[in-house]
Amino acid sequence: MWDYTDKVLELFYDPKNQGTIEDNHEPGVKVSVGDVGSISCGDALRLHLKVEEATDKILDARFQTFGCTSAIASSSALTEMVKGLTLDEALKVTNKEIADYLGGLPEAKMHCSVMGQEALEAAIYNYRGIPLEAHDDDDEGVLICSCFGITDAKIKKAVRHNNLFSAEQVTNYVKAGGGCGSCLAKIDDIIKEVKQEYEKEIASTNSVPANTKDSTLGQQKPLTNVQRIALIQKVLDEEVRPVLIADGGDVELYDIEGDKIKVILKGACGSCSSSTATLKVAIESRLRDRISKDIIVEAV
Amino acid sequence: MLKNCIYLDNNATTKVDPQVIEAMLPYLSDYYANPSSMHTFGGQLAKDVKKARENVAALLGAEESEIIFTSCGTEGDNAAIKAALLAQPEKRHIITSQVEHPAVLNVCKLLETQGYQVTYLSVNSKGQIDLNELEAALTGNTALVTVMYANNETGTIFPIEEIGARVKEYGAIFHVDAVQAVGKVPLNMKTSTIDMLTISGHKIHAPKGIGALYVRRGVRFRPFLIGGHQERGRRGGTENVPGIIALGKAAELELLNLQEATKREIKLRDRLEKALLEKIPDCEVNGDVKNRLPNTSNIGFKYIEGEAILLLLNKHGICASSGSACTSGSLEPSHVLRAMGLPYTTLHGSIRFSLCRYTTEEEVDQVIAVMPEIVEKLRALSPFKNDDAGWLKQQEQTLVNR
Repeated sequence: MWDYTDKVLELFYDPKNQGTIEDNHEPGVKVSVGDVGSISCGDALRLHLKVEEATDKILDARFQTFGCTSAIASSSALTEMVKGLTLDEALKVTNKEIADYLGGLPEAKMHCSVMGQEALEAAIYNYRGIPLEAHDDDDEGVLICSCFGITDAKIKKAVRHNNLFSAEQVTNYVKAGGGCGSCLAKIDDIIKEVKQEYEKEIASTNSVPANTKDSTLGQQKPLTNVQRIALIQKVLDEEVRPVLIADGGDVELYDIEGDKIKVILKGACGSCSSSTATLKVAIESRLRDRISKDIIVEAV
Repeated sequence: MLKNCIYLDNNATTKVDPQVIEAMLPYLSDYYANPSSMHTFGGQLAKDVKKARENVAALLGAEESEIIFTSCGTEGDNAAIKAALLAQPEKRHIITSQVEHPAVLNVCKLLETQGYQVTYLSVNSKGQIDLNELEAALTGNTALVTVMYANNETGTIFPIEEIGARVKEYGAIFHVDAVQAVGKVPLNMKTSTIDMLTISGHKIHAPKGIGALYVRRGVRFRPFLIGGHQERGRRGGTENVPGIIALGKAAELELLNLQEATKREIKLRDRLEKALLEKIPDCEVNGDVKNRLPNTSNIGFKYIEGEAILLLLNKHGICASSGSACTSGSLEPSHVLRAMGLPYTTLHGSIRFSLCRYTTEEEVDQVIAVMPEIVEKLRALSPFKNDDAGWLKQQEQTLVNR
């Protein structure tokens, strides 16, 4: 039997916020749904968010979960955690925070917390009208685990965000390798690759270690403000702007307040109807990957 | 420690019968000699071991000399497979089924890496093999056919003698893992086609750590555990005398109770099954209901997940088992239920109730009383409510396309 904490059992036996949120077309309020998982894998979560449009504040959150004890408890915990947050604040909730809220999960069950974080992201992107394929890393990567349909992109993300160092851990977090096991060697290679990429990033920032409190592959000292600004500018110049310029747009760094990064979208990007997607997918997610997952990008 | 639970997980292990404990206790204290020793003390224990061997042989309809004591079912399976292959080094083909216990499946997988060819027979939706598929797989190169008598998860009983008859035509050795069947169905090795048969003590109210392997007289046997002359040179290692005495007593009791217990278990099992199917919509029995162990009921409760069901049952003091991924320690659901091709909507929510001669009507009624509420609670949480739900349809389509 799994060794569950009292909090896991409490939220399993008496889950909070279960059910759906009906869209009653209330003025100023929008309901959004995020689906993740699948019945074939044995875990699926549908997260419902009720959002106040003027403030982006989550007024209510409910869940429907097909899954085990920890999946149900993680879903319930997630809804408790995000109620009252703005969408940008909610996007910062990590799977680790969900697990921490529960007093921890058995490591083999960490994928339940990852599922919660993914459902939250899916619901928020859905609310913002960003199509699934625009933010779903899975569609971009190479299929590694055919048993569970997991790509290298998803594995890399899990390795980076959770500082994973073994294929077994990857299995616990995203299920990859948990079926026939034939992809375990490939997962080992991906872990190695992520670590090498990370070391390269550090080297490319003039030996200035890339962050900080959440860039977890390493034990470097936190960046100074000057180093952080320089790194943000470098990522924008080298990785973001070339892509935008190719599409007739551009971006300029305007200001930095803590984790909030203000930018000016220029050219085609400034007038584009998909500018939210550009901000979140092209700029924010890149800066999160490279510098800190707490970063929020806003256009001024 | 939970002691007074409703224990419906007897295919996992069984309670040790008080009479078995009583029989073995003196061998943990006063009768401690080595039965191989040449003094009277040891000699007396050798006689007691012989008596236990006779009891086990009687349960199987075998001769005393055909019984080798082992440490568990896994050892029995491993020993039988290895012995069969060593006896026929020129043959390199093995036949088994996709639904075997890991003690057989994983040995076969290892043998594949050592140059053996293994045929894994498929099963139908009831968990039954196709005899034509077996026939087509058999060749003169087949050294061994190893299949289970009855499946541990569904209780489905294979047509053992029909399988054996075909195996004999090709001159292969026939091993049967009867860990789940022994004590639940009558066995008679004298009239059987089986060459080797594995049993395990803790499935028949003896303690863990003792088992036996039947080896038909004349079948060449190379020892798996190589050591001293114990078990007539066929299994080295000082005998586990308390375990052997316990297994002997358990076998004696099983033989005594077999008919009556079978009738009782079938009655209780059917009562449980009928009531759950009546009271709970969208559930079905997994396995071959016509050819099944008397004590086993595997029911798939659609749209919900097995571990969650087990935990809620556990809250009511009820012990059962599930084929869901979350209970297996791996991320894959039961290989048995998957081989049967069960839909995912049913597969993950399958629960095995396995009874024994101690199971009471009141206990069964208690399960009947709480299960509908448990299923309803979890279905209220589930995003999958029926087969027509949009998301579910979408998921199935994704699987087809993958």
